[in-house]
Amino acid sequence: MSLKDVISPFYAWKKTLDKPYTIKNPIAEREGAERYRGFHTNDVEKCIGCGTCEEICQNEAIDMVPVQGADPQRGDSGLRPKIDYGRCCWCALCVDVCPTGSLGMSNEYKWVTPDAEEYGFIPGVDIKPWNGAEKGYKRSDEAWLLRPGLKNMPVVEPEERRQTFDEMALGYNDNLALLEANRCLECGICVEACPTHMDIPQYIKAIRENRLEDGLQILYDTNPFSESCGRICTAHCQDACAMAHNGDAIGIRWLKRYITDNTWQRRDDILHGDNRITEREKSVAIIGGGPSGLSAAYYLRQQGYTVTVYEKHDKAGGMLRYGIPEYRLPKAVLDREIETITRIGVQLKTGVAIGGDISFEQLRRENDAVYIAVGAQKGTAMPIEGMETPGVYIGVDFLDRIAAGERPDIGSRVLVVGGGNTAMDVCRSSVRLGAAEVSVLYRRTEKEMPANAEEIEEAREEGVRFDFLVSPVRISRLETGLRVECRRMKLGEPDASGRRRPVPLEGSEFTLDVDSCIMAIGQKVDSSMAHGTDVHITRWGTFEVDAETLQTNVPGVFAGGDCESGPDDAIKAIADGKKAAWFIAKYLQAEHN
Amino acid sequence: MKSGASSAITVPTEAHSDRTDRLSPWNPFWARETELDLDSGRYVKIWQGPQHPGVTGNMALEVTLEGDVVRDCKTHIGYLHRGFEKLMERRKWIQCFPIVCRICVPEPDTNEYLFAAGVEELSGVEIPVKAAWLRALVLEMIRVASMTMGLGGQAGAYGLGIVGQWAVVHRDYMLDLFEELTGGRVYHMYILPGGVRQDLPEGFSGRMEKVLRMFENLIVDIEKVMFDNAVFKARTKGSGVLPREWVEPFGVTGTTARAAGVPLDVRKDNPYLIYDQLDFEKIVGGESDIYERAFLRKEEILMSIRLIRQILKRMPGEGPVRRKLPNVLHWQVQAGETYVRAESGRGEMGYYMVSDGGEYPRRVHVRGASYTHAMALLEQMARGQSIADIAGLMVSLQTCPPEIER
Repeated sequence: MSLKDVISPFYAWKKTLDKPYTIKNPIAEREGAERYRGFHTNDVEKCIGCGTCEEICQNEAIDMVPVQGADPQRGDSGLRPKIDYGRCCWCALCVDVCPTGSLGMSNEYKWVTPDAEEYGFIPGVDIKPWNGAEKGYKRSDEAWLLRPGLKNMPVVEPEERRQTFDEMALGYNDNLALLEANRCLECGICVEACPTHMDIPQYIKAIRENRLEDGLQILYDTNPFSESCGRICTAHCQDACAMAHNGDAIGIRWLKRYITDNTWQRRDDILHGDNRITEREKSVAIIGGGPSGLSAAYYLRQQGYTVTVYEKHDKAGGMLRYGIPEYRLPKAVLDREIETITRIGVQLKTGVAIGGDISFEQLRRENDAVYIAVGAQKGTAMPIEGMETPGVYIGVDFLDRIAAGERPDIGSRVLVVGGGNTAMDVCRSSVRLGAAEVSVLYRRTEKEMPANAEEIEEAREEGVRFDFLVSPVRISRLETGLRVECRRMKLGEPDASGRRRPVPLEGSEFTLDVDSCIMAIGQKVDSSMAHGTDVHITRWGTFEVDAETLQTNVPGVFAGGDCESGPDDAIKAIADGKKAAWFIAKYLQAEHN
Repeated sequence: MKSGASSAITVPTEAHSDRTDRLSPWNPFWARETELDLDSGRYVKIWQGPQHPGVTGNMALEVTLEGDVVRDCKTHIGYLHRGFEKLMERRKWIQCFPIVCRICVPEPDTNEYLFAAGVEELSGVEIPVKAAWLRALVLEMIRVASMTMGLGGQAGAYGLGIVGQWAVVHRDYMLDLFEELTGGRVYHMYILPGGVRQDLPEGFSGRMEKVLRMFENLIVDIEKVMFDNAVFKARTKGSGVLPREWVEPFGVTGTTARAAGVPLDVRKDNPYLIYDQLDFEKIVGGESDIYERAFLRKEEILMSIRLIRQILKRMPGEGPVRRKLPNVLHWQVQAGETYVRAESGRGEMGYYMVSDGGEYPRRVHVRGASYTHAMALLEQMARGQSIADIAGLMVSLQTCPPEIER
């Protein structure tokens, strides 16, 4: 031991002259670092209350609670995360997973209150000094724990599909379906958005866990046209999907199709293999063998009622058969799906027109309840000069003829008028009929088009041209073909539907020479079979019903689907069918007591 | 139970110095024991801990003394058990990453890294190059911070409280940098499966250099006050000697093993991340006493400082730091098992992980240096020591009770 070792430690005294290391007033003087993970912030306008943050929080620090101002609506649960800071560990998994990107963290870490209850609060709703803070942790796209990209459905190439009415979407294979199913958050925002409230998260989970039989059961619990819907549904669920806020919505429709693609051969066994229907005495007549009528029939029959469906056409299926072209929904698919419904004992009488072959009154007498689901199948003619000219068609009639196997000669230059899904079906069918130049005229802009964006895109791929803010005013006959006089439009004030009303531009007239012109501007309800009865009909020709029960003014007579609401999509018709079945059963049981 | 109401306890027959030659895991000397007659009046039994500044956490030593000399020592844990390993079996894979850092308070990042590395190995996820450099950076940063605090604890155990204060203050400067880089101060939750959370903030290297210089100055100060200190030398040199032969059977690793002349360093022996690209040597001693272990730890701090400089200099400038995982809510990690290991400040830390192919880990076992050092080894090394040196011995074995009780 040296003398140095004795003296050296006294060096510590020198440190007394150093400046203190501590901060005098840390609460006031020391801010958290720029990316410090402090108390949460939430952009409540952006937040949709999907609850994924609650799901991933490993401390169960997050509760989804209703808040004022955020009312439940399509795509928004109306709930917002409430965070218990006695549990939060500041790991920011909730921020990294947030599908909308609304959740973040401020760099504030001090919150002093004597009330323990106040340590749980709703970021963005409860007023805190750090609300809207710029600094703090915000997740980058790189840090986002979810995958934004949809697994695309394999489709036939546009060039090839122009030639044929064969189905264009090929269906997911196992791998794609699994990858896509894996993207689902199971938040359930979609369930509310679906008119028939299909349990989407659960059937997607069934795909993930390779329980396709269970998946099929879940589908059929709410939708007996699942196989068709897997192809043609307008998919409100995907519009609401939480994943759509920062990427593509989950391919819910394609996943539904994947289940049915892989189970249809065994469908009857899976669904009705071992459960026998307990018969009931009452009987129900259903007018219209479309999606709504058959859905109602399926659910009523499952409860044991005797159900007879009367269909005017030779085959059941309604607009699914006569309104949707083969390339989107093959008839074979529809046929086997209807078979599943008839096989549980639903009696289907085709080629029977109510009001003609059998009177409506007779049906009412012979049955305990009647469900009217005749749809809106009557095409609307345009109130312009020249509608009677040969070569001018009505959209739904045109599709009807193609569905029946006809291949009308429409020439090579085809003009389609309208902006809905029917117009898309018409123009794409025209391409398949061999028309070289197909144009769609629409009086508003693409933004206002009611057709699905996907349909518009696919039509473009197939070579269809779009001309917006144009409306025909007169059609005249030429030596070969037609001359369509058109007028340009501009958008004015919003109308009752919320879309901006088209206003004609004076002096903008021009002409188009085409071979045929197809009007797909809307459909009407043919309610003539109820004329002369005491069932109330609105001035638009639709049936007047109680919005909740779908019952008309006549007890025991219900109406739903397009004939109640005017032209709408298949899933709404199916939803009405399911709903009607529930209320008809309730009505029959009440009547019984 | 040998303690409590019993009037006699057993201790090994042989004297401390005789034990080394017959040491074998199959013939352990601690199995041959004789009884101490507690009623004889020669012995007194005291508890050091669970609340005691010298036990560096919540843990208890049940010490039987004859005069000042420890004749028997039993280690007791369980005061800090949080059940992390079990909790993980009920958490989705991604949900485990905020838990593991809590296993060791002063050095959470090693746990974060090992958990992530294990999951990545099982699931076949490859992390971006830059993420590997950033991971190595935080691992070295936390080694500096935790070993500095450990050095402070070592001095404190011998009454040199001032070094402890300096150490904790300087650790806070490192924590400031952690806060900047990771967004967290103590628990960083920065390394997660797939990479790291974020890239370096603007101007980070400059601020890091400033802090590293402070640490270098601190080490100079500590050398003067602690290592060139007659009292410290007198009390630690030749005290708490760990025989080299004990290293293997007791599973001793880290600086404790290196001080005994056994060159074990996972960074060199089994290079992970980018350690094979860094320029450094193992630091090996030989005296194997408390002084040597503290001295080596000081040298290790300086080495980590050099490594941080290297890493910051050679790290790729641009590039992704995180790879996209499958949807973490339903992430099923491929079935299999793995053992991943890394060099923590206390020695080898390892994660043994098993997946049955499901959304939750089947088993996660954490191997920490503290468990081996502070449980069986401390019991043996304490015998024959003065009660006053037990705290110093415990710190020198680098004990972190939270890590024992995961």
